[in-house]
Amino acid sequence: MNEERNKLGTNRVTEVLANHESSILEQWLKEMSNATKRSDLIKDAELRSQCSRFLQLLRQAAESGGFTPADAAWTPIRELLAELSRSRAQLGFTPTETATFVLSVKKPLFERLRNRPGLSAGDLADELWAVTELVDSLGLYTAEMYLKTREEIIRRQQEEMLELSTPVVKLWDGILALPIIGTLDSARTQVVMESLLGGIVKTNSKVAIIDITGVPTVDTLVAQHLLKTVTAARLMGADCIISGVRPQIAQTIVHLGINLMDVTTKATLADAFALALQRTGAGIANAAKTR
Amino acid sequence: MEKIPILRMGNFLLVTIQVDMHDRLAMALQEDLTNRISETAARGVLIDISSLEIVDSFIGRMLGNIAAMSRVLDAQTVVVGMQPAVAITLVELGMSLPGVRTALNVDSGMELLQESVNGIHKATGHAGN
Amino acid sequence: MPATEIDTIPVVSESDVVVVRRRVREAAIQAGLSLVDQTKLVTAASELGRNTVIYGGGGSLQLEILTSPRHGVRLTFTDNGPGIPDIELALRDGFTTGSGLGLGLGGAKRLVNEFQIDSVLGRGTKIVLTRWK
Repeated sequence: MNEERNKLGTNRVTEVLANHESSILEQWLKEMSNATKRSDLIKDAELRSQCSRFLQLLRQAAESGGFTPADAAWTPIRELLAELSRSRAQLGFTPTETATFVLSVKKPLFERLRNRPGLSAGDLADELWAVTELVDSLGLYTAEMYLKTREEIIRRQQEEMLELSTPVVKLWDGILALPIIGTLDSARTQVVMESLLGGIVKTNSKVAIIDITGVPTVDTLVAQHLLKTVTAARLMGADCIISGVRPQIAQTIVHLGINLMDVTTKATLADAFALALQRTGAGIANAAKTR
Repeated sequence: MEKIPILRMGNFLLVTIQVDMHDRLAMALQEDLTNRISETAARGVLIDISSLEIVDSFIGRMLGNIAAMSRVLDAQTVVVGMQPAVAITLVELGMSLPGVRTALNVDSGMELLQESVNGIHKATGHAGN
Repeated sequence: MPATEIDTIPVVSESDVVVVRRRVREAAIQAGLSLVDQTKLVTAASELGRNTVIYGGGGSLQLEILTSPRHGVRLTFTDNGPGIPDIELALRDGFTTGSGLGLGLGGAKRLVNEFQIDSVLGRGTKIVLTRWK
């Protein structure tokens, strides 16, 4: 029964699309004019050509028989929808606007399906239902493709943020600074180590100042991560000084019995820098006269 | 079996490890180096590992042993050129090579050796010797 | 439908460990692992390969390049040696003092994403390591 109903629907849809494609296109575009058109994001001409392509592919797929969107016959139209929703996700359309693009094709289609003499109410209901199911599933597919694109964008941004959040700065010949902002978990530590070691090689540095002013809490785990980083730098011949050690952190370190081994720590970046200059054999000469 | 060449530069011995060593070769190097230090009364050993893409626990221990043995023979050891990926891996493995002094490259390594031979002792806060 | 390429390498003598390192490196590169991840995997393989030769009496390595669910490399070290009497102990670090004892299993475990070990006394040991891209 479903088969027959689908066939019936397909034939009518094909007929209707074949005979009324341009008027369906016009009405569809008009339907979209209110909320979803977004002429600020997409030009009218381009929207028109997208819709036109959609209708053509819809007719072709329907012609090959069967209203099953998973079918191979529907692959071209699904590819079109994937492409369209990907670009809309990147342009900044909302998910609703993107899905409504597809769903709003129902009204013009229904009207043409209805306006045929001698059609029984029962048959019409069947047709409308078949078309509804089809367009809904295409609409849902569009929404899913949109979501996938958004997830990819978010993931890429997260990666970029992770890299950007550990800048390595050359303070002086042979002296690097690595300000860490935010929590230091094990994933971040890997990025930090790679950035720092890469920086050491690039700048030929002997001293690295790791500033933890921006690290909210230092517990045993964070201390371990810091020690790992310091050890890695040492293996490459660079000494580390940890700066930005607030009094509360000093207390925590003692309370938790954290052993910082022989890593030098300083309260401020300035003190750490002065120490680093000493260690690299440079010095600060005061240009001002006697105090 | 091939041997890793040990070069002599004045007071120092220079070893460049360029091949992926199997354990026996590493042990042979350890022995050769100790003998050479003794023979030449070398004051320092520079081991260049900039070509080593892998340093596992065995090689790590070898480096530590060489440093310890040289120290007994009154020579300093400096390991130079560890690749960043290797350093990160060693640290993850749990090896910190205490007792092994390190430098970024051969130049800095020689500088370090020279300073220690000349008795200049920088307070580097280093778990060196 | 083969989603993976599988290779078996003998791990019997010391020089086999050198081959293991080379083959694992090639596989890691093929799977698209980053340089650091490649290094970690090859180092772990070196540790386990050595164990197989020295403590396991020789065995083999099955090397798989995975493509699903993600890209990665899976290593299976098998031997018919005496087995590991105390796995918990073996997994604990014996290294940081450079004491030279300890099987390096704890360290190797930290270098990979998945680590499975099966050992039966008197029958043998099987260790499976997986590193994802």
